Amino acid sequence: MTAIKRFLPGWLPSYAVLYLLFLYLPVIFLPIFSINTAATPKFPLSGVTLHWYEDLPHTPALIDATWNSLMVGVSASILSTVLGILAARSITRYRYPGRRAINGLIMAPLVLPEVIVAISMLLVMLQLGLSLSLFTVVLGHVLVCIPYSMTVLTSGFEGFDRSLEEASADLGESAFGTFRRVTLPMVAPAIISSLLVCFTISLDEFIIAFFLTGTEATLPIYIWGQLRFAAKLPGVLALGTLLLFASFVLMTTAEILRRRAARRTQNEGGLHA
Amino acid sequence: MTVAAEGSPPLRMAGSRRSPLLQSEAVQGLALISPTFVYALILLVLPILVVIAHSFWTQNYLTIDHTFTLENYRIALTEPIYRDLLWRSLYISLTVSLLTVALAYPIAYFISFHGGRHKSLWLFLITIPFWTSYLLRVMSWKVILGYNGVLNSGLMGLGIIDEPSTALLYNSSAVIITLTHAWATFAILPIFVSLEKVDRTLVEAATDLGDGPLRSFLRVTLPLSAPGIISAALIVMIPTVGDYVTPKLVGGKDGVMIANAIQAQFGKASNWPLGAALSVTTMIIVSLMAGATVLVIRALQRLAR
Repeated sequence: MTAIKRFLPGWLPSYAVLYLLFLYLPVIFLPIFSINTAATPKFPLSGVTLHWYEDLPHTPALIDATWNSLMVGVSASILSTVLGILAARSITRYRYPGRRAINGLIMAPLVLPEVIVAISMLLVMLQLGLSLSLFTVVLGHVLVCIPYSMTVLTSGFEGFDRSLEEASADLGESAFGTFRRVTLPMVAPAIISSLLVCFTISLDEFIIAFFLTGTEATLPIYIWGQLRFAAKLPGVLALGTLLLFASFVLMTTAEILRRRAARRTQNEGGLHA
Repeated sequence: MTVAAEGSPPLRMAGSRRSPLLQSEAVQGLALISPTFVYALILLVLPILVVIAHSFWTQNYLTIDHTFTLENYRIALTEPIYRDLLWRSLYISLTVSLLTVALAYPIAYFISFHGGRHKSLWLFLITIPFWTSYLLRVMSWKVILGYNGVLNSGLMGLGIIDEPSTALLYNSSAVIITLTHAWATFAILPIFVSLEKVDRTLVEAATDLGDGPLRSFLRVTLPLSAPGIISAALIVMIPTVGDYVTPKLVGGKDGVMIANAIQAQFGKASNWPLGAALSVTTMIIVSLMAGATVLVIRALQRLAR
């Protein structure tokens, strides 16, 4: 609390702002060029149009890809959140040998090259005689979503006060009543946050879907296919803008919920800590 | 295991009353985590073992010859095309991780030491672009760096250049820029976390003892945040070495990386064992490089004190 000046070079605040610009600028060009009349994305802009967006609902392949993505996303987020709940509860509540090693293994997909994870799964699935389909994509997405689900849920479960559950039981609530009226309200925001995070990751994930899908395309695979045609670029930009917007809304909601969950269990651990 | 615990002789039970209790806690914890653990075993450990096994086999047209051979590794390590791709991938991932950490450190420092009440807002602002689709972010760099792209048309509009530059896209620099952007968040967060753990009184003590702000930063804050720097470097280095999308979209012929060659072995070329050997080689070499990086950072940390 003394008046000691912490080391703050004058350039640091401006650097911070420039860095944010560097992070955001590339992303901002997608929406800008998606409403540009010209088919090639370059300056100066030639005029404003919603034409590229109007075309989207009339592309059957795109509609299929959207449905596929939604189905994969919903299944993957539910499965990985269920597996995440079990693991996060075990990690935060119990002490046992091998806990760190098991946690490390579950978190490993986060730091492995995706291509290698994808081709390894591909090899095993082909060996097991599974035919590639959206189901195999879901299996792959669950593996990469679990680490994120774990991070969100551990921050929600940590500091969870068990005495509240015990108090409820002592006051005569049944086990189910305690779960429904005490446990669930406290962890529900973290669970919903995990569902949203996993859904967003699955929605945006490309590499694993690319290797593990059969003939059905998810949205990123559809986009990848369209990238070969220069003339299709504005449509892809429009679709990309919608996806960006969806990710933004989903992740903001997830973060707000996660913070609420962390506050409820009186723990301010970060999503990324 | 529970049965065994309950059935243990009463003599031992009396001796240590806590032991069965502890054991049952371990059993409950393990039982709870087992579905997730088994999932990771089946879809991560088993597949990696299968890849390692394949790397010692041979592709025989449509079937796999299961005789043990090191031929795939010989090809992976000596064939000029794979050797070059491997070197380039290592060079790119090393450059990207150093660049990302160097660019991320000041911002993590700024948020941790001067973020004040807005710390979480800053962190949130930094994570948001990371949550957008990776494919889309790479695509926007293609739009920016292209021949008719944003940068070229913008610079021409400002009269800085006369004709579009072809030097921006389709080379390893484009890959490095795109990856540095894509992995920024992953580098900032671990550095931020370790800076948060730096005991502020130590910094004050250094200042009290006569160190200037720069000296106390170099001798106290920076060495104490080394764990964050190490994890940031590794978190960026290991995945980027196997990046597929970025080299494919913005790398052109000169920016192709090893992942593109691995993919080709599982696709068109259809030589799984060679693809497997390339994957294993990449993982081993990048792990060695990661280990060396950790040692270098630790040595620097000791020097700084």
